Amino acid sequence: MSGVKVLKIGPAASVQDLGRPGLLDQGVPRGGAADPLALAEGAALLQQDPGFAALEMAGMGGSFEATGALRIALTGAPMSATLDGAALIWNASYRIEAGQRLEIGPARRGVYGYLHLGGGIDVPSVLGARATHLAAGLGKATVAGDVLVAGQDSGAETGLTLPVQDRFQGGDVRIVESFQSELFSPDVRARFAETAFRRGTRANRMGVEMLSDSEGFAADGQLNILSEIIVPGDVQMTGDGKPFVLLREAQTTGGYPRIGTVLPCDLPKVAQAQAGAPFRFRWVSLEDGLRLQAKHEKDLRALPGACRPLLRDPGAIQDLLSYQLISGAVSATADPFGTGEVK
Amino acid sequence: MNSQAVSGFPTIRTVGLTGMIVTFADALDEASNRATLSFRQRLEELDWAGVLETSTSLASVYIRFDPHDLDHARLAARLKEQVEARDWYREPLPPGRRFWRVPTVYGTDLAPQLPEAADAAGLTEAQAIECLGSSRVRVLTIGFAPGQPYLGQLGPEWDLPRQTELTPMVPRGALVLAIRQFVLFSSSTPTGWRHVGQTGFMLFRPEAETPFALRAGDELQFEPVSRTDFLKLREDDAIMGGATCEEISA
Repeated sequence: MSGVKVLKIGPAASVQDLGRPGLLDQGVPRGGAADPLALAEGAALLQQDPGFAALEMAGMGGSFEATGALRIALTGAPMSATLDGAALIWNASYRIEAGQRLEIGPARRGVYGYLHLGGGIDVPSVLGARATHLAAGLGKATVAGDVLVAGQDSGAETGLTLPVQDRFQGGDVRIVESFQSELFSPDVRARFAETAFRRGTRANRMGVEMLSDSEGFAADGQLNILSEIIVPGDVQMTGDGKPFVLLREAQTTGGYPRIGTVLPCDLPKVAQAQAGAPFRFRWVSLEDGLRLQAKHEKDLRALPGACRPLLRDPGAIQDLLSYQLISGAVSATADPFGTGEVK
Repeated sequence: MNSQAVSGFPTIRTVGLTGMIVTFADALDEASNRATLSFRQRLEELDWAGVLETSTSLASVYIRFDPHDLDHARLAARLKEQVEARDWYREPLPPGRRFWRVPTVYGTDLAPQLPEAADAAGLTEAQAIECLGSSRVRVLTIGFAPGQPYLGQLGPEWDLPRQTELTPMVPRGALVLAIRQFVLFSSSTPTGWRHVGQTGFMLFRPEAETPFALRAGDELQFEPVSRTDFLKLREDDAIMGGATCEEISA
């Protein structure tokens, strides 16, 4: 079978798909790719099933050697990439041959980059998905020496690229009120939307810390609420009123109150922000939230048709210098995925 | 109606963009947890198109749905109709529940916080083992980690606060206690609850045909065994640790 051998890899790489919805009653969160939009983009570039698994690389890429001819695509946080030393364009699909060496560098912007294989990565499906969920003992981290085997590839399209939504440097995210919003006074909710936040250093696949110069955003009666359902996007206030945006791998229930829920379509922006990236939360009505999410889902369905041919030979590109091949680099000292655990 | 209802409950509220939650109380009590389990059972039976999944917490039922198939107003109206159809606080527990007997060693080096928990409850160690070992507790909810139950309710003497310091690690199968509840850990983990017993019961086996041992509403009794017997049970039965189960007849 074709696939890639992992020669070198960063410390937080794992195989991810769209996760395991439907197991909340047993305490299993949905999990799956931190940036599901990147999964959809990769599937579009290879004109294949968006449910296929890909390799998620947090902050750092790796070195890979093809064990046979196969198709690949690169999406998510832009990383430098070369094939046998020749530069590859991010957000594009390629055919590679047995023995060719793929080098993927650190993220220039954003956190989570993805390597997709034609036919998907064929690790065993556990509880209905191939997504790795380390805390639950589902799957394992991808390490050097692993061979990522591609599934049966019925497609042939390569050499495609597509325009992507820039979701790698924070910005505005939209939030709806949820069942615990009223535990927070209207003043606190208003101040939450007026406050300039920046992503903190504590972040992982479960959640992302948001820092500000404002005082805390405490709920009334914060300490004595029953543990209740957590949904991805919930903005939880810890005891000192510091917000964490919870992602798809967050625990299924929790006792900290939540001021609202970030729209699913804006969640990749939260997951993909590097430490220090600026954020503002914008309250939207449930109706507007539903409309915005529906539009996003329509855009996702249109992705396969939005792909266009890649001009593969840089020598043939007259205005090469105008292409953003190396710009967008940010602080090399920023810790892309943090150290802390979300409490 | 709803003669036992907590004032102002049940409530129906939205969760994020695509969820709703029916809440029976804002504090844990037996009737509200029972209402929660029965109400969820009813929703599962109704099996409305557009409902993607339901789950329970201690006193709430969560409904995740697809708003393209079932809009918010329609779902809220249907939930209201169901909430008002019965006095859920007086409903019996749903059928299909099991009773588990789980051999448990209390205290010793395997569960070192029994003495301090007994002390905090105002009991001798022997009294504490007698009391905890004869308590039949219900799976109030499953959460925090896959397949991991919150069990209760224990008597009021066990209303112990969580520790302010975390115990760095307790092993899988640890029986821990706080706030009149047990948690039986499905994997090794740090905890602020007191480690009073140890079992050899594996709650979550992802590769198995039945990955999750327990369901919300099941009942358990943690029957005291000696340290020697416990070790033998665990050696003979690495998966169940000697735990047995029977159907609870309706």
